[in-house]
Amino acid sequence: MAEQAHPPKNNRSILHSIAFRNIAYQLLLVAALAFLGWYLYDNINENLDRQNIATGWGFLNEPAGFDISESIIPFDSSQTFARIFAAGVLNTLHVAFVGIFLATLLGITMGIARVSRNWLVSKVASAYVEICRNVPVVLHVIFWSSIIRLLPHPRQALEPFNGAFISNRGLMLPFPVDNILYPWVAFALVLGIGGALIFARWARFRREHTGQYISVFWPGTSIIVGLPLLVWVLGGAPLTWDYPALKGFNYQGGISLSPEYIALLIGITVYTGAFIAEIVRSGIESIHRGQIEASRALGLRHGFIMRFIIIPQALRVIVPPTASQFLSLTKNSSLGVLIGYPDLVNIGNTSLNQTGQAVEAIAIMMLVYLTISLTISIFMNFYNKLVAIRER
Amino acid sequence: MENLKSSASSQKHERLVIELTGVNKWYGDFQALVDINMSVRRSERVVVCGPSGSGKSTMIRCINRLEVHQRGRIVVDGIELTDNLKNIEAIRSEVGMVFQSFNLFPHMPVIDNLTLAPMLVRKMPKKDAEELAMQYLERVQIPEQAFKYPGQLSGGQQQRVAIARSLCMQPKIMLFDEPTSALDPEMIKEVLDVMIELAEDGMTMIVVTHEMGFAKTVADTMVFMDAGEIVESADPSKFFTAPDNPRTKLFLSQILTH
Ligand SMILES: Nc1ncnc2c1ncn2[C@@H]1O[C@H](COP(=O)(O)OP(=O)(O)OP(=O)(O)O)[C@@H](O)[C@H]1O
Ligand SMILES: [Mg+2]
Repeated sequence: MAEQAHPPKNNRSILHSIAFRNIAYQLLLVAALAFLGWYLYDNINENLDRQNIATGWGFLNEPAGFDISESIIPFDSSQTFARIFAAGVLNTLHVAFVGIFLATLLGITMGIARVSRNWLVSKVASAYVEICRNVPVVLHVIFWSSIIRLLPHPRQALEPFNGAFISNRGLMLPFPVDNILYPWVAFALVLGIGGALIFARWARFRREHTGQYISVFWPGTSIIVGLPLLVWVLGGAPLTWDYPALKGFNYQGGISLSPEYIALLIGITVYTGAFIAEIVRSGIESIHRGQIEASRALGLRHGFIMRFIIIPQALRVIVPPTASQFLSLTKNSSLGVLIGYPDLVNIGNTSLNQTGQAVEAIAIMMLVYLTISLTISIFMNFYNKLVAIRER
Repeated sequence: MENLKSSASSQKHERLVIELTGVNKWYGDFQALVDINMSVRRSERVVVCGPSGSGKSTMIRCINRLEVHQRGRIVVDGIELTDNLKNIEAIRSEVGMVFQSFNLFPHMPVIDNLTLAPMLVRKMPKKDAEELAMQYLERVQIPEQAFKYPGQLSGGQQQRVAIARSLCMQPKIMLFDEPTSALDPEMIKEVLDVMIELAEDGMTMIVVTHEMGFAKTVADTMVFMDAGEIVESADPSKFFTAPDNPRTKLFLSQILTH
């Protein structure tokens, strides 16, 4: 116990320098990874050689020989693997982007509902969050897929309104027949959005210079909706609906959403929406009561408090975890493989089985997911920079 | 003579800017305010003290309706506080409040903290609001901090910004809820100095504080609260030397020897 206190040793050895250690550890890690990569590569090559499977990307130019149930670009089985991969990527992007959009809407609504003072509203939202968050996403997808399979056959399809059909073949909706005026209507819409943005800037400029607050919401909405509407009406309001009609075993015409698409979309949306709702709730609750009290004490109206105090502060808490929910939704769209939605993984998997070119097929899938994820990350980081206001 | 007296008293009555009559407040079953009667004249400085949990915060928070009283009348600047949102907003824009925990908006630079309410509530053009803000920042002696964020300031500086933020609304009345109790000792004086100057300029103030030195300097009226009641209300000379109530005596002996 009676150990004597030593004077501190002045240790100058390079092995004890923090900077040196950091670099050394990194070098060691890189070396280990390089070795592992080489080992795997060597091993796979040897095995493939033994099984007489050619490696390389040549197969991409060969006909795929199998068809897919739905595709945004036209496809038939005589076309190449490259094209069917592209079709898969587009299907993945389609379901992921619509899913992200809907999950965000659902999440924001449910998150706000959870902190509502209305007992019923907040309890319904809590039940949704607790149930959906705690069930694996696979079950969500399978659940909706089974529900749709239980729907009536096309001949007995439910018709919620004239021309819309819900059956175990999915959802069919009437769709306007294309018209030469429509590109102009779309152009007017773009102009309208631009106009609304300019209006918002003007309103802000005016507020800062004269102190008059002009609400942007209704005028902005009117410009965005009104301009295309005006063009359409002036052009003679052309509108012919293409109604889906029963031909043989299924409907033709209109637009249709396949049962696989719907099941996957609802499954991943409802699952991710629950997580986003939690993020939104915690974002709102992260705001100190004192912030609201101070704003009230200054005489600010509820709407102003929301807009200038609560939302800007809540967004900083909400955006980063929401970005990772977007990523997880995108990756979860690969569950399409379970229920027959021809997403990238589904197509990659089939191609892999047909050609045996596992390394290439998996490399393509990984690369695509990596690209999509990085794109979302970059975009969200950029957005986060916009809302992450510095504090110190 | 008779005439003169009555006109003086009616004049005095006119100058009442805050009147609480028979105010009661409950949190669930717990009664936080018991029959509070208090009136404050224009330019009067009232200092409220009392033990923790005695209802000091609750009382002054009722005055700008951050808390809702259930019985009694509160009239501020001639307007009675009811559920009427327009009245509440009108009163809030006339009554400034400074909190123990500053409550500055951390996501805005100091200058924006100050200009927000004048622009949105008073509909003041940005340029004018900024001029006003700089004027008040000079008054609390930190114009050089205008473009920093609240998180970059010391506690004392933050509280002075909070005072300036309230003043930018050019309120008729200022409420202070323990403005110095979250501050380190060396910063208390800079905040109290600002408040003393404000009092000298004739601001109507209700200050909840345990800074008895400050109270002796500025108070026109001392109020002692205990268990939700106003136990004693007197001018400082009497309050500190010969309080009527034994509870006041006990409290003062504890706090002054502290
Ligand atoms: N929101 C609330 N819900 C329930 N009880 C409350 C609430 N706010 C205050 N109280 C109670 O009301 C009483 C008075 O509280 P108040 O904050 O007014 O006291 P105070 O005199 O300001 O005390 P302190 O010196 O500690 O700030 C306390 O007993 C407190 O517990
Ligand atoms: Mg208090």
